[in-house]
Amino acid sequence: MKMNEETLQELARKARINSLYSIYCAKSGHPGGVLSSIEIIIYLFFKELRYKPENLYDMDRDRFILSKGHACPALYAVGAEAGIIEKTSLKGLRKLNHELQGHPHRGTTPWVEASTGSLGQGFSFGIGEALGFKHKKTDNRIYVLLGDGELQEGEVWEGAMFAGHHKLDNLCAIIDYNKLQSDDYNKNIMNIEPLVDKWKAFNWNVLEIDGHNYKEIENAFLQAKNTRGKPTVIIAHTLKGKGISYMEGSPDWHGSVKLSKEDLETALIDLGCDNETIKEYIHE
Amino acid sequence: MSKRPPIQIGAQEDSLREAFGKALVKFAPNYKNVVVLDADVAGGTGTHHFRKAFPDRYYQFGIAEQNMMAVAGGLAATGLVPFVTTFAVFMLRAIEQARLSIAYPRMNVKLVASHPGLDVGPDGASAQCLEDLAAFRAIPEMVVLSPCDPLEIELATKAIIEYEGPVYMRSGRSPSINVLDENYSFEMGKGKILKDGNDVTIIGCGVTTARALKASDELEKEGISARVVNMSTLKPIDTNMIIQCAEETKCIVTAEDHNIHGGLGSAVAEAVVQNCHVPMEIVGVKDTFGESGEPDELAVKYGIDSNGIISAVKKLLDRKQ
Repeated sequence: MKMNEETLQELARKARINSLYSIYCAKSGHPGGVLSSIEIIIYLFFKELRYKPENLYDMDRDRFILSKGHACPALYAVGAEAGIIEKTSLKGLRKLNHELQGHPHRGTTPWVEASTGSLGQGFSFGIGEALGFKHKKTDNRIYVLLGDGELQEGEVWEGAMFAGHHKLDNLCAIIDYNKLQSDDYNKNIMNIEPLVDKWKAFNWNVLEIDGHNYKEIENAFLQAKNTRGKPTVIIAHTLKGKGISYMEGSPDWHGSVKLSKEDLETALIDLGCDNETIKEYIHE
Repeated sequence: MSKRPPIQIGAQEDSLREAFGKALVKFAPNYKNVVVLDADVAGGTGTHHFRKAFPDRYYQFGIAEQNMMAVAGGLAATGLVPFVTTFAVFMLRAIEQARLSIAYPRMNVKLVASHPGLDVGPDGASAQCLEDLAAFRAIPEMVVLSPCDPLEIELATKAIIEYEGPVYMRSGRSPSINVLDENYSFEMGKGKILKDGNDVTIIGCGVTTARALKASDELEKEGISARVVNMSTLKPIDTNMIIQCAEETKCIVTAEDHNIHGGLGSAVAEAVVQNCHVPMEIVGVKDTFGESGEPDELAVKYGIDSNGIISAVKKLLDRKQ
């Protein structure tokens, strides 16, 4: 690791602060699933994806698709840490005439690879890119982050069958397995287990990790890259609302919710902000 | 017992779907980025020709249209020009994928739907798509085409390969009449006057263009001069052509193998009410589902044959006076 774990942890802390700040400014958003996916997205943008910051649209780049589009404040905040967008842009999230749409959109935010927000579609779109690069015989890699509730969409399993059948080993899906969806635990809404067996049955290479542990994330991506003849799915066990005391493990903060001044203040304290910093973020 | 192959229905006659499949094969050598996506109906959509000629540019998705549709968006993001091919009803099944993963980010994907309308025939209502023109016309960025004969679909296939953006195009299941002469030129967004007339304009698309010509010939015997326009681009509709016809013939009949709601009639009416006030009649399936039967029988029963058009013309001429 050129960039050490401590640096990555600090990036994740900042991304959590900025994603919550953007949701606070927007007066709506989905904080729970944003916070569970931060480490995975940070690792992708800072360690895994091959892209040129000076030419984001270079055809040789690897692709990352946020299929759980409602978690886009995480993507935008990580984009800001990576210098792809200005940090000041984050307060325009979900606002009229602004580039940062409430769900990711290629049209207004071209560095976002796919327009998502309808679950299942980003996964298929990523499969299309994986198939396209196989067709063109180039070595681009495709990473797609899915939610766990998203796996209830039939399209996901159409795509899983297709990617397994076509041996798309340039494709790596990551499941942000925080066990909660909009209304309740997955198991109470529609049980998605046994998950490992399901993906294996669809001819995927299946890995299971702690989605907040950088060493495990790193190892999983390495294994994915070294796997031939099969796409890889990384089942990343995560905690919904990770890092914020009153959100952790609660379906109430899936969203779309409004963050009050007090909500943001408590969250910033949890994220280790001092009084001075908190003052900068809190406004009427 | 020795094995005996069945009679293949789709591949036998020169339908629009067969003409489309052959056109793809014809143009593919010059457009190397074109790839074809199929959901196990290549024999029915005409793409079996392409599969045979270019097996390495043909992708099989199995019976799973939603994934196929959104995958097409991703393929286009790598610079390929995907042709998504299935029956029109299954395009509807994946319409939300067409909306979000293709039209919204304006991906360069072509949707070519076989089996539109009552033209499907014996398979019955489940396969007779009477809603696709309305549904796809309502999606922003989507161009909507319904060519009228084998020559036009060949020309349109080339045109949509060259056009950068999402397109929905109807082909057709049943054997097709050659309507256009060999010098016909196709231009996306343009209606064409196929036969001139002064008393009324009949606007058709797809299978109804030939029926409009037949109706016009019959009306001529009764001293009624009916102009016939082939409006193979439903969106963007040729508003100038519609205004010209409205001004010159003072009334318009539209005819389509589609529900009367939201298709060609609606598209023409939208242009008429905002530009010129002339009476109209809309010939189409009257907000009902179809049933099994031969396409010609169904056209008669549901009033979308040449007689249906003639009745509408006469009704309209009464209103006009």
